[in-house]
Amino acid sequence: MSFRIIVLAKQVPDTRNVGKDAMKADGTVNRAVLPAIFNPEDLHALEQALRIKEMLSGNAEIILLTMGPVRASEIIREAMYRGADKGYLITDRKFAGSDTLATSYTLSLGVKKLAPYHLVLCGHQAIDGDTAQVGPQTAEKLGIPQITFAEEISSVSEKKVIVKRRLERGIEVVESTIPVLITVHNSAPVCRSRNSKLLMKNKHARTVSELQEETRDYAELHTSRPYLRIEEWNAIDLAASPESLGLTGSPTKVKKIENVVFQQKESKVLSNSDRDIEGLVKELINSHIIG
Amino acid sequence: MKNVFVYCEIDEGVVADVSLELLSKGRKLANELNCKLEALVIGSKLNDVDKQISPFGVDVIHIADDEKLFPYLTLPHTTITLDVFKQEQPIVALFGATSVGRDLAPRIASSLKCGLTADCTSLVIGDHTENKTQTVYKNLLYQIRPAFGGNIIATIINPETLPQMATVREGVMKKEIVSKTYKSEIKKVNIGKLLTDADFVTKIIERHIEKQKINIKNSQIIIAGGYGVGSKENFNLLYELADLIGAEVGASRAAVDAGYVEHDRQVGQTGVTVRPKLYIACGISGAVQHRAGMDQSAQIISINSDPDAPIHNIADFTIIGEVQDIIPKMIKYYKSNTK
Repeated sequence: MSFRIIVLAKQVPDTRNVGKDAMKADGTVNRAVLPAIFNPEDLHALEQALRIKEMLSGNAEIILLTMGPVRASEIIREAMYRGADKGYLITDRKFAGSDTLATSYTLSLGVKKLAPYHLVLCGHQAIDGDTAQVGPQTAEKLGIPQITFAEEISSVSEKKVIVKRRLERGIEVVESTIPVLITVHNSAPVCRSRNSKLLMKNKHARTVSELQEETRDYAELHTSRPYLRIEEWNAIDLAASPESLGLTGSPTKVKKIENVVFQQKESKVLSNSDRDIEGLVKELINSHIIG
Repeated sequence: MKNVFVYCEIDEGVVADVSLELLSKGRKLANELNCKLEALVIGSKLNDVDKQISPFGVDVIHIADDEKLFPYLTLPHTTITLDVFKQEQPIVALFGATSVGRDLAPRIASSLKCGLTADCTSLVIGDHTENKTQTVYKNLLYQIRPAFGGNIIATIINPETLPQMATVREGVMKKEIVSKTYKSEIKKVNIGKLLTDADFVTKIIERHIEKQKINIKNSQIIIAGGYGVGSKENFNLLYELADLIGAEVGASRAAVDAGYVEHDRQVGQTGVTVRPKLYIACGISGAVQHRAGMDQSAQIISINSDPDAPIHNIADFTIIGEVQDIIPKMIKYYKSNTK
């Protein structure tokens, strides 16, 4: 049985650098303007998968599974350029508005469809939702153990895995049976960059939906090279229960969103002159803040 | 039944600060909701845990005490917590947003199919009217937190599911003793019939956890250094001023990542939250994640050679200049004005 590693990944808006262009006049964030990227910690997870494959002398299969709109297939190709073997896109309008519970339900159906598997890896958290919940919730739905805050997957065999975890004030090394879900922390090594041979090999990989949009005829290419076909699964393919999907399947609801607007404080600006500094120190002493 | 629950973390028999802070918040929520406050403690060597917990106004303490339960492992803690929650049917369940809480709470929420909001910065009781159906929900827990990289504040509610779960980071809530003689009922959890071999498929082989040497949280004055301080050696200036005025030294994540200072001193979203009467930010640009950990300081002084650093927007006093230039002057004038 080939060692199967499923990497769960998400395409997210790049929230790390919300510059002036992304802020609209009314103070709201214009998500459409933010570049869509491969969630950083999911890339760390992919790197761990690639290292495990190397540890097993190449005798492993890395499958990237992502749930998102049609364009999320971009991250499947990105993963293939770095060494993933194939990818599946879980996409359906019915998934819109999913919170972490509905998302983990949907993802777990996708993982079950890929059984038997040995490891499920994912990033610790996504930079848009920031919850770090989907990993553990997916593990619970799959009925498998979980190891969070993983910094390094040190060794792997058919039956066991040893993982080093990075905790608040130190490290912990744990051993678990297989299958197991592991969430990878950003203290883990950065993902290797694209491999030019893999890029050339996989750059025409497309999903069914993407093929419909393409002007170029991919039919012949995809027939002769079936690994270029990225499969799409919708709610029916997953035999999903409608009440567990999307908004309906989400117990958490957003009541209100407020934009963080910068309130300029009445700030007193001082120079670095001796006079100004001494003045400040005296003021702090006089008001009993220091001294 | 139908009370506010707080899962309390234990390290070598000592209840974690974040759990005590959550008990204090839990007590206030329970008062508003007219119900009781219950604590759940799972670990080892828990003989005097009730003495640590009761003063925070805890009505019932559920204790699961066994050497197999420390250090924390996902599966046994999940099994026990689910069993207690299924019996006691909490309406609110709070966990610290720590490596334990962030591992355990989502697994519990998934099993109970209820809502969980992570890293809440505020918890408030309020009502909600569903626009489509005009259904009115009373006394819901508003779970308030930053999102989208810190650029928005969201209020989340779970109108249809229980318990309403939330995780909160250390330092966000305040610890408050209700009464040193508060009486709690103790309920021992019988783990013998709950746990099986299946709960122990994951084993800890090694553990190197340092004891917390420094805790800057309670200091009234904090002098924090950022990447702009420039080096580990330059931080000595901050330590010198701190010694002089009775302050603690803090740092931004950038300074910790650069190796200038230890992680225990980190202030911010992935460090500690502090609320001193005076916060002096030295060479800190003031990213959203840092501000989240200190913007509740009573007075803020920012020292930065960059006049456009965002930190200046929340400062009461802004000094444009070099840290190596200004701190020695502050030291000099403090000494000369406090003979």
